[in-house]
Amino acid sequence: MQAAMKTKRNLVTAALVAPAAAWLTVFLVLPFIAMLVFAFGERAPEGGYQAAFTFAQFANLPTRAAAFWNTLVLAPAGALLCLLVAYPVAYYLAVKANPRYRLILVSLVVVPFWTSLLVRTYAWMYILGSRGIPNLLAMIGIEDVRMLNTPGAVLLGIVYGYLPLMIMPIYVSLEKLDRRLLEASADLGAKPVSTFFGVTLPLSLPGVMTGVALVTILLLGEYLIPQLLGGGKVFFIGNALVDLFLQSRNWPFGSAIAVTLVAVVVVVLMVAMRIAWKVAGTRQVDLV
Amino acid sequence: MTKWYRENAPITADKLADELMRLKRGSVTRRHFLGVTGLGLATAVLSRQPGLFSSTAFAGDLGTQMSIATWPNYHDPATFEAFTAATGVAVEVNVFGSNEEMLAKLQAGGTGWDLFVPTNYTISTYVKLGLIDELDMSKLPNYDGSTETARFTNEGIVDGKTYAVPKNWGTTGIAVNSSKIKAPVTSWKEFFDVAMTEADGRAMVHDYQLTTIGNALVSLGYSFNSVKPDELAKAEELLIKVKPHLYAINSDYQPSMRATDAWMTMCWTNDGAQLNRDMPEIQFVLGKDGGEIWSDFYAIPKSAANKAAGYALLNYLMTPENAVKEHIVNGAPTTDSRVLKLLPAEVTSNKIVYPDEAALTPLEFGAAVTLTDPGRAELMARFKSA
Repeated sequence: MQAAMKTKRNLVTAALVAPAAAWLTVFLVLPFIAMLVFAFGERAPEGGYQAAFTFAQFANLPTRAAAFWNTLVLAPAGALLCLLVAYPVAYYLAVKANPRYRLILVSLVVVPFWTSLLVRTYAWMYILGSRGIPNLLAMIGIEDVRMLNTPGAVLLGIVYGYLPLMIMPIYVSLEKLDRRLLEASADLGAKPVSTFFGVTLPLSLPGVMTGVALVTILLLGEYLIPQLLGGGKVFFIGNALVDLFLQSRNWPFGSAIAVTLVAVVVVVLMVAMRIAWKVAGTRQVDLV
Repeated sequence: MTKWYRENAPITADKLADELMRLKRGSVTRRHFLGVTGLGLATAVLSRQPGLFSSTAFAGDLGTQMSIATWPNYHDPATFEAFTAATGVAVEVNVFGSNEEMLAKLQAGGTGWDLFVPTNYTISTYVKLGLIDELDMSKLPNYDGSTETARFTNEGIVDGKTYAVPKNWGTTGIAVNSSKIKAPVTSWKEFFDVAMTEADGRAMVHDYQLTTIGNALVSLGYSFNSVKPDELAKAEELLIKVKPHLYAINSDYQPSMRATDAWMTMCWTNDGAQLNRDMPEIQFVLGKDGGEIWSDFYAIPKSAANKAAGYALLNYLMTPENAVKEHIVNGAPTTDSRVLKLLPAEVTSNKIVYPDEAALTPLEFGAAVTLTDPGRAELMARFKSA
């Protein structure tokens, strides 16, 4: 009787999990296997893939060292910059803002996402180009300022493009904050600043971690912003991949870089999570 | 209908009446009449649908949409609007920066293009890879091989079969904003020198191996088409030395040149003509040490979903009356003597568009091997990721 019930429950669980499992298999596992197979192959004479078993593609990885370096430095740097800008905004929205207007303010953060990032990045090309801010600067006597196609422009584009993704998780974790804890902290004699660092910040860390992880992972695949605001000179892994698949038609090398990037991301995430959980003072959770 | 609509229609009501009177008087041929009015295409289409004289007959035959893959700033948008007005087929335009990118998309499959604009040196590879169809010339009555210049049709013909027909030809030169740069720029050697000095931070090169590597090779005294490893290594050294001084690596250079963010760029004839027309201080110069002469073609991918519409648009574009409007907007020289006759004198006398034969002598057509050579592909990728 009990065994029958257990079997039934297992069947229900399987039925519930099946769609997600099928989705993961078709859209994540199979493409990844294909990518692995490609990574050990060779570039066909006219481009594309031809079957082989060679480590040559991986041996060639150092030629993309600059792209790896840019990505692995600028992605976390961009995420941290996003965090610095996003935290005060999220704090204001969740804690300080008048609840009557909170929904409107939160919508204002989300609404830009309804427009394609491509269009918004083109707008920045205009603002940073010599008809934009440099033109205004020239009016007050500061001549020949170059803004577009610089690493600074890329960082600005990154912060602008990914800010809402950082604000939202932090906002959500701050919104759930139990106000009575803040009152208790005050009652026990803590000043607002120590309440913030002793209570608010630690309790919002899950949101911060989610935001940093989300933005960093998305940034690792970024290519549009470096192309448009960096003039194709500030090269990310994403740009290297676009080039390898669309111009050099070297699928095996592109796949090897993509596989390596995935491996690096997994390692970076594991390390980051461990550090973050330690900082948060929470019990170690086995993620992997 | 708005005024805007009528302006872009193939023909206005007044003009139709005029042409009808000319046809009645016998001063134009029936073919001319059908061609200018767009009725020729309509009747051709309708004749295959006996008894179905409704707009759905168009839709049934040519579909309601098609897709073309082409280059930035390469067409008169009114051309596609007029084609849509005449046939009911909406044209989706996909813009590309290099032939390599087009080839990669076609190799991957499922592009949905019904017509595309490959450059001379790619066609033999497309044929070899089985990516394009031999053209059915009976579906292109408006194309006339006898009025084309052989120099520009040759590479569309492989093993005696026509796989592509020319759109126009052109050169790859240097666009210089003369109000910003005083140093002389008359060769690729000077281009790279000035890019590192007077135009520091203001020069652009194409995001395109053929021209960027080709012109670097030319500046060093080598062939535009070289695939010799030692010569490519020298070109790579030069490009990596220039890179920190560049404004951008981008084939869509018109916006930056117009905004004067960039002062100098590698430039194709048609863009040079457009830039110079709107901003006379931007001059177009051919490298006296060499560079590229090219012709672009129209071809139909084997994988095209709507070949009927692909042929219909191609035939429409081959009509001299339609092609001439394209040339006036696009600025590139024509390969078709029928179109040349119709072009206004200020276009045909423009030295950017129709340079002296002597200026063309040092130029080279791109060679097929440059498209598939892994050395050049890898060099470009290394240059960009350096």
